[in-house]
Amino acid sequence: MKTNNSTKQKKENKKLSELQKTPTGISGLDDVTGGGLPAGRPTLVCGEAGSGKTMMSIEFIVRGAMQFNEPGVIMTFEEHGDELAVNVASLGFDLKKLQADKKIKMDYVHISRAEIRETGEYDLDGLFIRLGHAIDSIKAKRVVLDTIENLFGGLDNEGILRAELRRLFTWLKEKGVTAIITGERGDGKLTRYGLEEYVSDCVILLDHRVVNQISTRRMRIVKYRGSLHGTNEYPFLIDAEGIAVLPVTSLKLDKAVTSERISSGIPSIDEMLGGKGFFRGSSILVSGTAGTGKTSIAANFADGVCSNKERCLFFAFEEPPHQIMRNMRSINVDLNKHVKAGFLKFFAARPTLYGLEMHLVAIHKEILNFKPSVVVIDPITNFISIGTLGEVKNMLVRLIDFLQNEQITVLFTALALNDIANDQADESISSLVDTWLQIKDIEANGERNRGMYVMKSRGMKHSNQVREFVISDNGLELIDVYVGPDGILTGSAREAQMVQEETGAAIHNYALSRKDREIMRKRQVLESKIASLNSEFESVEEELNKVYEEEELRKQILNKNRETIQTIRRGSDKEDEPKNKKR
Amino acid sequence: MTTETKKWELRLYIAGHTEKSVTALNNLRRYCEEHLKGQYKIEVIDLLRKPQLAEGDQILATPTLVRKVPEPIRKIIGDLSNEEKVLVGLNIIPA
Repeated sequence: MKTNNSTKQKKENKKLSELQKTPTGISGLDDVTGGGLPAGRPTLVCGEAGSGKTMMSIEFIVRGAMQFNEPGVIMTFEEHGDELAVNVASLGFDLKKLQADKKIKMDYVHISRAEIRETGEYDLDGLFIRLGHAIDSIKAKRVVLDTIENLFGGLDNEGILRAELRRLFTWLKEKGVTAIITGERGDGKLTRYGLEEYVSDCVILLDHRVVNQISTRRMRIVKYRGSLHGTNEYPFLIDAEGIAVLPVTSLKLDKAVTSERISSGIPSIDEMLGGKGFFRGSSILVSGTAGTGKTSIAANFADGVCSNKERCLFFAFEEPPHQIMRNMRSINVDLNKHVKAGFLKFFAARPTLYGLEMHLVAIHKEILNFKPSVVVIDPITNFISIGTLGEVKNMLVRLIDFLQNEQITVLFTALALNDIANDQADESISSLVDTWLQIKDIEANGERNRGMYVMKSRGMKHSNQVREFVISDNGLELIDVYVGPDGILTGSAREAQMVQEETGAAIHNYALSRKDREIMRKRQVLESKIASLNSEFESVEEELNKVYEEEELRKQILNKNRETIQTIRRGSDKEDEPKNKKR
Repeated sequence: MTTETKKWELRLYIAGHTEKSVTALNNLRRYCEEHLKGQYKIEVIDLLRKPQLAEGDQILATPTLVRKVPEPIRKIIGDLSNEEKVLVGLNIIPA
């Protein structure tokens, strides 16, 4: 009663405040319910046998006790406390210890028609007292009644029972405990005995469906008074850590984006994408036919990421991790060291292991646990074997949604067969991804080579060229394809063409040097000719000079003679003077 | 109450002195005096005072009459207004 009063007061204090909620601690469920179950009120969890009602309610109590310091009472009408403890021990819940620590109290209510006779008027005060005692003894805030409907099997007087149940739920509210009441699904009704009449604040329906031999658990919030809640069916998973509900479609489209780039791990691919690689937080699709090296690209990407000391989560849906590691060693990519260093984690599962939704839940869980900055999924097309195209697309939309919210870069590989169905798969995915690399077979001259091109890459410059994609011992490489007069050449045709070109160049060089030598020779010939002409000219000149000198000499001699004659005539002795002057 | 072991050990669980519990107790005493005179022992447990005892005998409803001895344990719930049902239930007279 005290708790009730205080909650009432609280409500009066903040009149406009929303409904108080009790977090369940079950991953995903609190997101779907917008914070948890209605605090201080009963919630009905119904579903068929084996749909996970007990599991969900026990987890609610255990998480409450362990994470929120809210002790809880489990009153079970079905399983004995010890059996229950064993059943949930597989989830790592130590009920015995929690009981010893007074965090949890369990009470097993056994009703057997064989032991009980009814006569006259009675009420269920015994149950109330037991429950009240259990709640008070550990100051419980949470209560689970699993499955109270079993009372209908043990007691005849349904009239009394219904009246008492109504009283019980009112009483639980007065106690101020947050309760989960489980109920078996009935024909055309939520529960076999119409418990939903009494518990009207919050009703959660669990479902376990088998489609194509693959089972999927789903839950839906049928109603939740006074609160917004997701109305879809949400898949959930029961695994080694309890229940995980997947809020599959996020309600908003306001993702933060970054223009930060992340390398593809292959320099030549980065080059095709404006030289920097992918956007961080974007989604990349690598598609191609069988054996075109999709996994190799994925592994290189992972290798590059891990080498930068970032975490990468590799979902392998086709090959076991060790096989991938072995195969990648052959192209000089050592993934093993990253696994050892803790930067790389493999998660391998056969697609047929469980349904699509389950895979999605499992992927979510792994991602949330490992917190990678890059996720690789190899390949997504394998999922087609367990769902229709629409379902696969749906799943991928949700996955990409989730990853972008978390700013995780994701690389999908997709196998493209030349068959219509899978082409469609490509198309339907292509609108979701930001970057799409396609690897195509180029078949010519009796060999098959790989050509790669960027189909699209949102928000960045990218090459429009087809490159030849070569996988060698040293890793992956993109080579410009040779566009010759006969079209595109790849593989050995390209090699041949290159050899041919080299030969051509050599011959050309040879020819050039021969011409050079010829010119040299001609020059030598001409030079020698010039020399002979020069000498000819010299001799002619000499000849001419000789004539000149002779003439001069003759002149001198003539003059001398003339002077001599004059002197002789005059008889003077001055002979030498004029001769000296002239010289 | 006597300390010696009786052939019949009966326990009546009630939740406070309500009309139903008083009726049940009166009915029980009357049947016992009629059919089991001297061979019975009745213990009345008020769960409001001793709530911890409810779990042991798997009490849900009140009033509940539990036949501890002779075994096997039998339970009769209600105000015990139908004499025949009570006697059959306690196996005092054959069904």
